[in-house]
Amino acid sequence: MEKKKLVMGVIGADVHAVGNNILYHAFTDAGFDVVNLGVMVSQEEYIAAAIETNADAIVVSSLYGHGELDCKGFREKCDEAGLDGILLYVGGNIVVGKQPFEDVERRFHRMGFDRVFGPGTAPETTIDALKEDLYKE
Amino acid sequence: MKPVLLVDFGSTYTKATAVDLEAGGLLGTAASFTTVETDINEGLSNACAILKEKTGVNDYTATYACSSAAGGLKMAAIGLVPELTVQAAKEASLGAGAKIMKTYAFKLTKSDVREIDRLRPDILLLTGGTDGGNSETILANAKKLTALEADIPIVIAGNRCCADDCEEILEGRQIYVCENVMPSLGKLNILPAQKIIRELFLKKIVQGKGLTKAMELMTDIIMPTPSAILEAMQLLANGTGSTSGIGELLGVDLGGATTDVYSIATGSPTNMKTVYKGLEEPYAKRTVEGDIGMRYSMRGVVEAVGSERLASMAGLTAERLEEMLSYLEAHKDAVPRDEEFLRLDDALASAAVETAAIRHAGTIELAYTPMGETYVQSGKDLRNVKNIVVTGGALIHSKNVEKIARYAGMDGAHPESLRPENAGIWVDKKYLLAAMGLLGKNYPETALEIMKREIIYYGDQK
Ligand code: B12
Repeated sequence: MEKKKLVMGVIGADVHAVGNNILYHAFTDAGFDVVNLGVMVSQEEYIAAAIETNADAIVVSSLYGHGELDCKGFREKCDEAGLDGILLYVGGNIVVGKQPFEDVERRFHRMGFDRVFGPGTAPETTIDALKEDLYKE
Repeated sequence: MKPVLLVDFGSTYTKATAVDLEAGGLLGTAASFTTVETDINEGLSNACAILKEKTGVNDYTATYACSSAAGGLKMAAIGLVPELTVQAAKEASLGAGAKIMKTYAFKLTKSDVREIDRLRPDILLLTGGTDGGNSETILANAKKLTALEADIPIVIAGNRCCADDCEEILEGRQIYVCENVMPSLGKLNILPAQKIIRELFLKKIVQGKGLTKAMELMTDIIMPTPSAILEAMQLLANGTGSTSGIGELLGVDLGGATTDVYSIATGSPTNMKTVYKGLEEPYAKRTVEGDIGMRYSMRGVVEAVGSERLASMAGLTAERLEEMLSYLEAHKDAVPRDEEFLRLDDALASAAVETAAIRHAGTIELAYTPMGETYVQSGKDLRNVKNIVVTGGALIHSKNVEKIARYAGMDGAHPESLRPENAGIWVDKKYLLAAMGLLGKNYPETALEIMKREIIYYGDQK
């Protein structure tokens, strides 16, 4: 089976590098072809990378609490760039403080993210989800 | 004596340089006016005659040449995303010494193809997609290019997984397949494409430029002049295995119509708090500013720095500046000698050097985050580069060349522009760089020795 391609990175002005690197290795070990854009990644950078590499999914990480603002309009921009229907995940500490996760999840779903992961999600959970979403057909 | 002749066929001048390999020194230089109309071979024999008078030498053991005649090497580059493969294709073309007529991103349209037919580039560079990445666009573009009327050589340097398919689609055309200019995201791989571009220039392109006869006299190598200059800059910076160079450098070649900037430097972020954004930069990088030059592109310089600043740099009133610019526009070949015009030329040169260097160098942006400051760098950080090398007829003859050259360096008005903070100035007074790039291909030690001796060093800021 051909390897599925992921583009990942930490969005916005966020510099928390550690978790993203752990995820990069976890995804690679799980058999994905991963492009890691590192920290401080703009929406445009994810999109450009996904177009050029023909990626199957974009995995957005946000840890400093401004995830909601940084992710606004991401899905629309993907559609505009011809990446219609590309799988979009987001995870980390995506909002400030302790908010009920269901509310947060709902808001990010409405923004067009296919899956939303709360704080403390293990890499395996995400990997299982990716496999389910990308290899289901 | 073991004399070697090095020829630079330009669009206005043919320059000849003689070097004695045995003594390891320069014998002499000569230049002869050539126009597109006059036979280029005439320019060569005139230059050689002058050279003979100066040096007494007429027989050479070897002759090498570079050329920017008949518009130089003209290319169009096609890629997918503007900041990624299009940029990589651009770097590849510029580094091979080409002039880029046009770049195209995403899918070509029919009118794009008609435009390419109209522009008639010497070579088309077709890229797009990382290896294993997007193939849809490059395949669609290959298909579109089948409608080209002109028989333009096409270098395919995109997603390797569909290189064969592209070749098949374009069957019957002059196709050259090589490695991807961007094999994985952000990774630059331009040398294979450049090698093919240079070979094509030598085999196919020079013939169309009236150089066939001149080529028969040549022992070897005809390369585009900017490519020869890039070779010389690399040799000067890096040295040879046994002789050291001057170290990393920023070079500016100021012309009448365009300004070329070269950097031989890694330019990576210098500290841990800096995040790098964008495509990897080539160690030997060339940029060309088509709107920055001393005569044909004078207005571009005015636009870049503003007429007010230019007037104050030249010590002129706004009205007088406008008058003088109009005069120069009407008399492009005038070589001004009076003090006022020399001042204007120095100001134009300074502004051109500054603008071109700013566009070449990377930038740094301060991002304020809650935990303090973070820097975001794109392009090359040249702040620690210790050498600025200047060349070009418009520059090297000025009395104030050192002062003008310093405009390539860091200044208080543009702190975001990562130009050399404290560099020594080297002036290619005898206009030898192209010749030394040619010589260096076979005789790097001699070429380096001559450059280090003949290029005048002004030291760093006092
Ligand atoms: C180290 C650290 C820093 C370092 C980062 C150094 C670096 N270059 O990496 C520094 C000092 C720079 C820093 C700065 C800040 N930090 Co800080 N930082 C931390 C800290 C202590 C550890 C982060 C870490 O590395 N964890 C270890 C890794 C392995 O875990 P992780 O990052 O959470 O990632 C895992 C999961 O979250 C998940 N995951 C991550 N992304 C994704 C994405 C998907 C799709 C999925 C499924 C899963 C997933 O998988 C990862 C691997 O298991 C955390 C607190 C904590 N204990 O988590 C705060 C923390 C993240 N920081 C926080 C804050 C507020 C800041 C600052 C704003 C602080 C300030 N006021 O100055 C700044 C922001 C700077 C910026 N521009 O980004 C808050 C965020 C609060 C929020 N979101 O509500 C935290 C949670 C601390 C807190 N409790 O207040 N920080």
